[in-house]
Amino acid sequence: MATENRDKEEEEVKTDDGSPKIKPRPIVQLGIFLISHSPVFSVVFSAAGVMALLLLPLLAKNTYISENALMPGSARSMLSHRDVSDGSKLVNDIKSFRLNHEGQGVEVQRLIGNYMLEMGAEVSYQKFQPKGNHFHPLHFFSGPASYTNLGNVSCAAYGVNVAGIIRAPRGDGKESIVLVTPYDFLNGGDYEALSLGIASSLFSLLARVTWLSKDIIWLVADSRYGDYRPVAAWLTEYHTPSFEVSDFSKCDELNISDSFRRAGTVAAALVVKVDGRSERFEDTLSIYAEASNGQMPNLDLINVVNYLAVHRQGFYVKVEKFVSLLSSSWLKTVGEIFEAVGKVARSLNPDWKFGIPAADYLEGSATLASSLYSQALGIPTGPHGAFRDYQVDAITLKVSPRFPPDNKGRQHEFFLRGAQLLEGTIRSVNNLLEKFHQSFFLYLLTSPGKFISVGVYMIAFALLVAPLPMVAASLYIDGCTTQNPAENLKSWKWLDAAKQVFALHLLGFIVTLLPYFICQVPGEQSPTNRSIIWATTSSSLLLITFVTIPGCSPFSSRLHGTNWAVLKSVTISAAFIGLCLMSIINFATAEIGALLLVPMCLMVRPIRPDLRSGRVKSLLRALCSIALVTIGFPVMFFAISKGLIGEGLVGLSLGGEFWTWLESLWAWKSATYLYIGMVHLPCWLLCLCILFHPS
Amino acid sequence: MARTVLTWWIPLLILQSFLLAIAFGSNEVEEEFSESLLLKPLPDRKVLAHFHFENRAPPSNSHGRHHHLFPKAISQLVQKFRVKEMELSFTQGRWNHEHWGGFDSLSSMNAKPVGVELWAVFDVPHSQVDTSWKNLTHALSGLFCASINFLESSTSYAAPTWGFGRSADKLRYGSLPREAVCTENLTPWLKLLPCRDKDGISALMNRPSVYRGFYHSQRLHLSMVDSGEEGLGSGMLLEQSLTVVLQPDTVYDGKDLQPSWSLSSLFGRKVVGKCVLAKSSNVYLQMEGLAHQALWKNEEFELSTQPDRILRENSSFLYIFNIDKSSDSEPFDLGLTWKLPSKWSCQQAPLHASRFLMGSGNERGAIAILLKATESQDKLSGRDLTNGGRCTIRANVFQIFPWYVKVYYHTLQIFVDQQQNTSGEVLKKINVSPSTDKMSSGMMEMMLELPCEVKSAAISIEYDKGFLHIDEYPPDANQGFDIPSALISFPDHHASLDFKEELSTLPLLSKFKDKSLVRSYTEVLLVPLTTPDFSMPYNVITITCTVFALYFGSLLNALRRRIGEEERFLKSKGKKTGGLKQLLSRFTAKIRGRPAESPSSESTAAAQSSVLSSKLLFKIILVAGVAATWQYFSTDK
Repeated sequence: MATENRDKEEEEVKTDDGSPKIKPRPIVQLGIFLISHSPVFSVVFSAAGVMALLLLPLLAKNTYISENALMPGSARSMLSHRDVSDGSKLVNDIKSFRLNHEGQGVEVQRLIGNYMLEMGAEVSYQKFQPKGNHFHPLHFFSGPASYTNLGNVSCAAYGVNVAGIIRAPRGDGKESIVLVTPYDFLNGGDYEALSLGIASSLFSLLARVTWLSKDIIWLVADSRYGDYRPVAAWLTEYHTPSFEVSDFSKCDELNISDSFRRAGTVAAALVVKVDGRSERFEDTLSIYAEASNGQMPNLDLINVVNYLAVHRQGFYVKVEKFVSLLSSSWLKTVGEIFEAVGKVARSLNPDWKFGIPAADYLEGSATLASSLYSQALGIPTGPHGAFRDYQVDAITLKVSPRFPPDNKGRQHEFFLRGAQLLEGTIRSVNNLLEKFHQSFFLYLLTSPGKFISVGVYMIAFALLVAPLPMVAASLYIDGCTTQNPAENLKSWKWLDAAKQVFALHLLGFIVTLLPYFICQVPGEQSPTNRSIIWATTSSSLLLITFVTIPGCSPFSSRLHGTNWAVLKSVTISAAFIGLCLMSIINFATAEIGALLLVPMCLMVRPIRPDLRSGRVKSLLRALCSIALVTIGFPVMFFAISKGLIGEGLVGLSLGGEFWTWLESLWAWKSATYLYIGMVHLPCWLLCLCILFHPS
Repeated sequence: MARTVLTWWIPLLILQSFLLAIAFGSNEVEEEFSESLLLKPLPDRKVLAHFHFENRAPPSNSHGRHHHLFPKAISQLVQKFRVKEMELSFTQGRWNHEHWGGFDSLSSMNAKPVGVELWAVFDVPHSQVDTSWKNLTHALSGLFCASINFLESSTSYAAPTWGFGRSADKLRYGSLPREAVCTENLTPWLKLLPCRDKDGISALMNRPSVYRGFYHSQRLHLSMVDSGEEGLGSGMLLEQSLTVVLQPDTVYDGKDLQPSWSLSSLFGRKVVGKCVLAKSSNVYLQMEGLAHQALWKNEEFELSTQPDRILRENSSFLYIFNIDKSSDSEPFDLGLTWKLPSKWSCQQAPLHASRFLMGSGNERGAIAILLKATESQDKLSGRDLTNGGRCTIRANVFQIFPWYVKVYYHTLQIFVDQQQNTSGEVLKKINVSPSTDKMSSGMMEMMLELPCEVKSAAISIEYDKGFLHIDEYPPDANQGFDIPSALISFPDHHASLDFKEELSTLPLLSKFKDKSLVRSYTEVLLVPLTTPDFSMPYNVITITCTVFALYFGSLLNALRRRIGEEERFLKSKGKKTGGLKQLLSRFTAKIRGRPAESPSSESTAAAQSSVLSSKLLFKIILVAGVAATWQYFSTDK
């Protein structure tokens, strides 16, 4: 059809001027060629995109330390047994204190503060409120706002952070490194207390060394209201304090001096947590790096920690992965195929080394999937996320010892190794004259020592979205030429379709904002109720749109309705623009979104003629469209992905779960929420319109 | 024989010098040099050592350009650039105002900002001040092996009017926070001393121990002393001081005892005699916080040497040692041994100032100065601070902003005791000179009048981060950019040691007896600016070139192409089929980048193109096949 169209065009050129036809330029020719064969190319490109995604674990490179100044592990550790016994003493004191003194108060904080003071640090205490995250649609991309008092401060519920600062003896105090240990002062377990032991051993060492050039801040975050909130509150106070009178001055019965102390621009931050017992023979170190909206810290920071942990301290280092994927048979098959191909390639040329063992492939793809998922979700995976909002590179280190927490003999050795790891890392960062800038910021991890840089993982996405403009152009030409060839390109037929697309995108925008107003509804509603309110208002809004704008409705008569090909063309263009924009904001979201949106947009056609024709091919096509559109519905996809992870969900609770999930997205200011509401949902609605188009 | 000659000559020489002295110096004061060292234990188990050298050249017109003791390099500076007063300091480390004191002459004069600080007052017409300043920076840069010449550019210095605490209209002030201080700066500084570091107190300056300290500030202060007599020039006074804070090496014994130390344990050297050219040569030990005893051996501590004199001040005692008697066989090695745990605190400035950056991101931010009342403020309330019945503390704030920190002066906010103060009650006086991009730095002088019972005050001012041209970035640009320290001074507060005795013979003490303005410097700030990726110039060049090529190519094509004309030309060309002309047209077409139109008819062209494409395909396959087989066979070996 398209080739005919092109022939017509050429004829037209000839007839209009009566002159010999001028051959179009090669680039134009290529474009016309691609557009005319768009169905073939779209299949090829989409398949190649998925294929490239599957190939990513194979293409992962080994990490390397890019910044020479870091020099990890080049200095001998100066940690002495006296430092470690200081740490052990603190842990024991806290344990015995908490056994003897029940109830809340700041005594434990003061105990830690006194320890810091004894070591020669400056100590400050900070009170904070537990709740901080509130959805406001207009504050989405704005940075961390100035400390705004939320009105009613209840003196009963607040946390107290302790921060100790060691000033670098000869430093100029322009920069600092932050070490965070979250600890629940009310009901922290024995494992949690171990992190205090590690940090205090290290702090005792750093208080007497002379090589420091950056100040060291040790923040003991009061994690009774979660890990993230205390760190975020401390950072807010650090960077954007309010000089106005604060409501906390009212609740001063605890008599903590309010002088907040600061120490220069934060160069890097490490969050240390000890939890659970390691399942392996070695102590396990898990690295968490994802911050809000898929932002990652500089790869060099992870490299330094990984290098020191593996080569100096002998930790087993891991990053988060989807365990359920490890047992999936299809992925294993894919891995085996790649392994076989790799073998064949190596037999042809020993220099071609792209095959990896199937087990490695499986492991790599499980990690990659987890990495993609946490980036796409846009929710930080730990307290380090709070630092990223201030452009500070930070990671969370979760250490799991291989012994039970009451084993005194092992504890000493554990503190020694943990503190040595941190000492090495801090020393490397301390060596750094500039801030982290050498290595990658855009990457996906497939293991602690392997990464995929942006240049490689872009390919999969580019291949996936490449067919969209081609198909859009081809459909547009098709849709315009069916009636009157004379007013071919000059027709304004796309305007109707654009109106419809715009109306539905507007609707998507309004639906995105609705939760804010639903949250304002007085009374405590359950998530299920709220989701029902949301669903009903949204669908009634959709109906109103269909009624008021006649062109929009898929149920309107044939005369009013627009040509489905043009509508699909404009839909695809909108999806393309949306996906490309999203890929800049959060690449992983765009990648997963493209995996859902692209096949749906490409496949969808009106099912009525297909059903009417009754041929097997048409029926198959219709079935495919319906299946894709069903999966494309956000709630449906949420349920399916939950099922894949292993949590079955049925019935009404699904709505509540979905609401909670979305609530967490907007509470964390994740751009994924905006993407779902303003790109995915309208495109899905448009696909639905096309599916039921009366043509 | 030689001996007899010598015995003859020496008395002759002495006689000659004596005669000379009579001839010239009958009514003049000699050039004087004096050296002294002040030691002071600090409350946080550290020891402060303050070396002070004073070189005085009397006003004279008879010497010409000749000096006995006064360094020639400095006097030449004075003559050449007509410097009236000048101070240069090199500092490493931060002065700890909380533990080391903020309300004594020592800290107000010697607590300096990190890096290099230079200010100078000139005695030239207004129009020549900047030129003199630039020349002076270059001269000093050569003299002290430091990059002081960076202060030459007009973006790095300012001309404070009153906020600096020294009201002179020909004053220039600049500082370089990033300058690293090392021995190469100390050596030229020592060269100005008549005995260098070979003899006398300066021989204590063992480089490793001096630079191991927590704070290290080397200062040079030059001033003109007016003689007041007609016809005579002005005299010169050069003060050189080195302030170090050291940590005595002691084994921690569990008791809260202050560490004991001696000169040899601190510096690794002992004093083996005074510099013979010095008029006075003394070591002082200042002990603070001693309530009653002035004895040099008491139950609290013990000194290893008996002091020559003990002076009593308000809150401290001064033990004075004369090192004239020390020699090689009997070196002077002052030691302090603590016997009882002792705790004291230093006097604090009325307000403790700290400065920090606010905000996040690469676009905007704010600079905040926080003034907190210190504990010692109550003691000072006895001073005469009343102003119209109200007790107030006056504080001057002087800040320089580099031009790439574009400060919005209208956003200045002042909070007193956590309440915003909008009335002009607190802000008495303000003088602002905004920065000009790449031309001059901005400057702000403020005079605040705070009530005495103030707990805390905060000043915040917003700024935008500017963009630099790519060649304006310094090396290690990703580190960020420095904002020099702000200076907070308290014009109503003066620090001095209050001695009863007449001390004109002891230059250091007479200096401390004079009232000096209480001042403190805040932290240097590090502003992260947007920095281009310098490691990728190639990529940038390629992308820009591609974009430009595409843009200009298509634009030119669209502008100069005339389709109708072209077709007419083609038609006319079809008629004429000259061999040479055809070749030429093909050639030009190739240059222009358009496929050459053959004069043959359309159908054959189409046929040709299809044949061409299949041929091309065949060729590509052939080449690929050859390459694959070659690859296969070449690697088999």
